[in-house]
Amino acid sequence: MLEMKNVSFGVLADGSDKEIVRGVNLTIPDGKLIVITGPNGGGKSTLAKLIAGIEVPTDGKILLDGEDITGMSVTERARHGIGFAFQQPVKFKGIRVLDLIRIAAGKRLSVADACEYLSAVGLCARDYVDREVNASLSGGELKRIEIATVLARHPRLAVFDEPEAGIDLWSFQNLIAVFEHLRKTISDGSIMIISHQERILNIADEIIVLKDGALQARGTKEEVLPLLGSVVATMGECYSTERRKGETQA
Amino acid sequence: MIKLDEMQKRLLEEVADLHTIPEGAYNIRSNGQSAARQSTANIEIVSKTDVSGLEVHIKPGTRNESVHIPVVMTQSGLKELVYNDFYVGEDADVVIVAGCGIDNCGNSDSEHDGIHRFFVGKNAKVKYVEKHYGSGNGKGKRILNPGTEVYQEEGSVVEMEMVQIKGVDDTTRTTTAKLAAGARLTVRERLMTHGEQRAISSYVVTLDGKDAVADVVSRSVARDTSYQKFEAKIVGNAPSRGHTECDSIIMDQGRILAVPALEANDLDAALVHEAAIGKIAGEQLIKLMTLGLTEQEAEEQIINGFLR
Repeated sequence: MLEMKNVSFGVLADGSDKEIVRGVNLTIPDGKLIVITGPNGGGKSTLAKLIAGIEVPTDGKILLDGEDITGMSVTERARHGIGFAFQQPVKFKGIRVLDLIRIAAGKRLSVADACEYLSAVGLCARDYVDREVNASLSGGELKRIEIATVLARHPRLAVFDEPEAGIDLWSFQNLIAVFEHLRKTISDGSIMIISHQERILNIADEIIVLKDGALQARGTKEEVLPLLGSVVATMGECYSTERRKGETQA
Repeated sequence: MIKLDEMQKRLLEEVADLHTIPEGAYNIRSNGQSAARQSTANIEIVSKTDVSGLEVHIKPGTRNESVHIPVVMTQSGLKELVYNDFYVGEDADVVIVAGCGIDNCGNSDSEHDGIHRFFVGKNAKVKYVEKHYGSGNGKGKRILNPGTEVYQEEGSVVEMEMVQIKGVDDTTRTTTAKLAAGARLTVRERLMTHGEQRAISSYVVTLDGKDAVADVVSRSVARDTSYQKFEAKIVGNAPSRGHTECDSIIMDQGRILAVPALEANDLDAALVHEAAIGKIAGEQLIKLMTLGLTEQEAEEQIINGFLR
């Protein structure tokens, strides 16, 4: 279980303090799939980075299973079971897909075992293990490899920052299947996905809406989706027109 | 045959991946002398009579054979200049593995300067692998100055893999190549310097014949206070294609000067150069740290991959 207690994060911009995350109190219980949504610039990615340790809160505490991890480095948090999939997967020169999966697993996996993780994200593994994790791979391929690295860590809490960003529709269909499968297999861990996509919102146990750095709403999709009308105008094209129509009618 | 001690065996492993005596033709040079030599029916290795060094004659049409000519030095203060000439017959297809390992535990500088000349016949194919390695904690420097000259006849193909990853204090590498019509040259250089090391690597590749193609790619890492200079010049004297690339990572107070140069003397010479120097990208470190590596472990993985 992850708890955020009164977490704030600010930066100095144009000579004045700008608060990107403001006093967030949040609990992510075990065995749940939580989706964080909200308008662009609302602080969602920053919240994910605060959990992974890439950013350090200016105020507040973060606890994992009751242990204060606020002062822990990215490495320590990873070793404590926090997995993080980047919105923009990082590219490397010379590091192969197999190397990255092995690093993630923390052991010298056999090629067959490494391939399991690639197959889980819908990649024909034999074609990919020896490829370099560089720009020769498409955005969708990189994204799926990114997710495979998180799967290979078997994290207590897996955080996915906009997994749908930059991938084609066909890959997206597979992605939903990956998360649905992940959702069924989690028992002692939990999943947090930052997403604008309605189909991802639909598989959530709980949806959290973050706007202007603060929690706006929290609940099941039945509770939260109707409320999204007030923020949907600033969320752009990400909701289907059906949803918007439904909301207007409601 | 001179028996090799444990240190010499270890150096052999580093520079030639050799655990035992290699198959095929070989000459193992140890502390200035030939420790072991074998010629084969198609590959003859003979000593030069005028200067120190070897002549390696590879018969036309020789296929799938290899030549190993590793050099190991464990005697502090030894300096040598060696000339090795390779005559590769037409249509031959061979692998040549050279390399030099110096272990210097003494206080005098040890130096091996090897001049390798390759005369590659028509349509012959050569893969040349050269690894340089230094070890030992003496104050004496480990110095390697390889000079490589390549003369490629029509349609020949040469692939060169030059690796110097560790322990060489001072090196000046000079490589020149002249390509006739239809010849192809590929160079992959991997270089890492640390401590106060200094490495200078220069290439001049001349494309003299129609449709000659050259691709010279160097990847290097300069750590601590080390210094590297990479110069690569491609000269197009005919309708030909040339590409040179220098991609470098700097760390600590390392310094690198990259000087790519192109000279087109023919309207249809298509020449390209690329050069990039920078530190390890922060996001690469963070990604690997989210996979549980420390910053230092992440750096090592990034560099190992980069220099693969």
